[in-house]
Amino acid sequence: MWLGAEAVSQERDSEVTAWLCKDSESSVADFFINHLGWWPWLGYFLAGFIQCNLLLLVPFIGAMFFVWVERKVSARIQDRLGPTRTGGKFGWLQLLADGLKLITKEDLMPAGADRLLFKLAPYVSFMFSYATLMALPFADGWVALHVNVGVFFIIAVLGLEVFGVILAGYASASKWSLFGAMREAAQVVSYEVPLGLCVVTPCLIAGSLDLITIANMQGADANGHGGWFTDWFIFHDPFTFIIFWVYFTCATASVNRAPFDLAEAESELVAGFHTEYSGFRWLAFYMAEYGSMFTVAGLAAILFFGGWNGPIPIMHWLGWAYKPGATDWNFWGYLANLLGCLNFIGKCILGVTVMIWVRWTLPRLRIDQVMKTCLKYCTPIAAAMFAGAALWTYALPGGWLFGSTKPLGEVREAAFVAADKNETSKPRSDQRTTDDGQLSADRSRSLTAYRVPTK
Amino acid sequence: MNLFTEPIGVAHYLVVGAVLFVCGAVCMAPNLNFIAFGSQVLRQDSQWSIGLDGQLIALFVIVLAAAEAAVALAITLNFYNNHSTVDVDRADELRG
Amino acid sequence: MNWHSVYFLLFGLFACGFALAVVFTSNIVRMAFYLVLSLGATAGLFFLAGSDFIGAMQLLIYVGGTLVLLVFGVMLTAQSPFISMKTRGGDWLLAAVVGGSLLALLIQTAFRIPEWQAGPSPGTTIAQPTATVVGQGLLGARVDTLGKTEAQRAGISGYLLPFEIISVHLLVVLIGAAYLARAKRRPRSAALES
Repeated sequence: MWLGAEAVSQERDSEVTAWLCKDSESSVADFFINHLGWWPWLGYFLAGFIQCNLLLLVPFIGAMFFVWVERKVSARIQDRLGPTRTGGKFGWLQLLADGLKLITKEDLMPAGADRLLFKLAPYVSFMFSYATLMALPFADGWVALHVNVGVFFIIAVLGLEVFGVILAGYASASKWSLFGAMREAAQVVSYEVPLGLCVVTPCLIAGSLDLITIANMQGADANGHGGWFTDWFIFHDPFTFIIFWVYFTCATASVNRAPFDLAEAESELVAGFHTEYSGFRWLAFYMAEYGSMFTVAGLAAILFFGGWNGPIPIMHWLGWAYKPGATDWNFWGYLANLLGCLNFIGKCILGVTVMIWVRWTLPRLRIDQVMKTCLKYCTPIAAAMFAGAALWTYALPGGWLFGSTKPLGEVREAAFVAADKNETSKPRSDQRTTDDGQLSADRSRSLTAYRVPTK
Repeated sequence: MNLFTEPIGVAHYLVVGAVLFVCGAVCMAPNLNFIAFGSQVLRQDSQWSIGLDGQLIALFVIVLAAAEAAVALAITLNFYNNHSTVDVDRADELRG
Repeated sequence: MNWHSVYFLLFGLFACGFALAVVFTSNIVRMAFYLVLSLGATAGLFFLAGSDFIGAMQLLIYVGGTLVLLVFGVMLTAQSPFISMKTRGGDWLLAAVVGGSLLALLIQTAFRIPEWQAGPSPGTTIAQPTATVVGQGLLGARVDTLGKTEAQRAGISGYLLPFEIISVHLLVVLIGAAYLARAKRRPRSAALES
């Protein structure tokens, strides 16, 4: 039946694959294919493999690091010192000790538990937490999966993490676990509504759902103007300022951190949905939680705090940043991106530290207080601020509160006109040279049309 | 192997949709069909692809299926509240 | 080795396999879980076909909303007769006959048209998917037809009216479901006496 497609030429195989592997992966794959001369399929596979492993470092190392931060911060808040013995004065080897302890623990399972679901639940949770990191950009063009609907994708997959929790609660065959899981599912699903409204407001200001576009709009423009911290969306208008605080509340509720951590409330439900989990399975839940905290902090950094753009546009003053339209790999540009990536990770760590700080400062909310906060406070405030931000961008030409050198209206109009022609939707245009259909060594950070070569 | 190297067309998506339809995910199969017909990656004769219409209709189908599921679950919970069971064979008296 | 085809096979096997697992398993909670995986794989198929927005929408609404609701309902009402459901042999046979014949008919139809089998022809442009066209289409402006002539644009319209209709529809469903599932305060003793 499908033998009729035999006539398809072999060169066409790589065309759709090239369309599939967009952007930063294509430049890594291009290095393997064109510079080292390996097979195309192996080049793409290795490029993807490398990026997946780099992203795996975030939950693994992030969890370890944030455990240490949490222990130290909570200790200081409680007027004590925290770990000070393992690894010298600061106790940083405590992470390793904790990890070793968890891996060597006995593997328990309750007698009445559903075996398959019990074993799968932590990995489901970890899988969805890790999947959100795919679409999170760490620097300009440094993203594993450059989807035009990046914000939407992250919000969608964040909401799926609750499945791991529900399955864990059910499969544990324990009343406490089931209660905790049900509460957490209700909480996460309820808080998706104000979270969506809060996230849509910066997208409204930027005119795009693409995270790289949103962050680039808060940095210096094509001529090197602007890029100060006043360009950040949090300072764009008072409505967005308030929306950030509502976002932070909803994000804390979405990842089940205190004061919204009823699902794992130690004083009420023993340990909630992960009561019956020990050892590596509990570690998977823990990594999923810290990975999600990193993701929502990263989303806040990109949407409200300019992402990888610093408060001062040093990279553009030094001339290190990639010029628009540049397609060659440049050491100084790479260094600029690396520093931007470190800047971004610093902002994420700051966000997670604030969440940890809030956890050890505020008392826990009851489930009815949690629901009341969502339905009576967060949702109406988010809706009203969203309407206010929409009116602000509509009514004020340029629209910036602090006054920027970039005329935002012109930028957005150009983006729409370009989107009509299916071209780049950002002021920086990195058109691929597709006349001969080969992969060009580009750093294309925008989504362009890929022309199937005529052969 | 042939399937690994041959480019994917609309027909393959229709097959997956057919299997989903037969297995009971009735609301998901037409979505696959609409997306496949509206996809520029899959259609050889792209000028005849229904383009954006496919995606938008699939969007409406998803939303309506979600609404239907919400109402169905509300009915189920109502039934459970009244009869303390979801076994519809037990509601054989005109009571409750 | 065409990675697009490899991923299509992977996601397609997941979607079909887990849908079959829904049919063949007897535990109702596992059925709900397999349905989650099947629809997640379908969202992956949407991404492969270039519909990023609809794929994300499927994950958000269908998997993240509808199926969470389904799993909730299943677990709140799960009782022993349904934890392991047994289907009789005669039912299996009938289902196999009807399902199998329908499947054969559909597959044979799908492969009958040669234009549906191969990928895009050389010279066509595969545009990277953007959300702008979807959003503008929902507002009534079909910006994906800007490159087409008037004759080609005949019969292509925006989707503003369906958008409004489903908004009202969702409001009605919200109110209706909230009313149906409200907690009723009826004294148990009165129900037992009557």
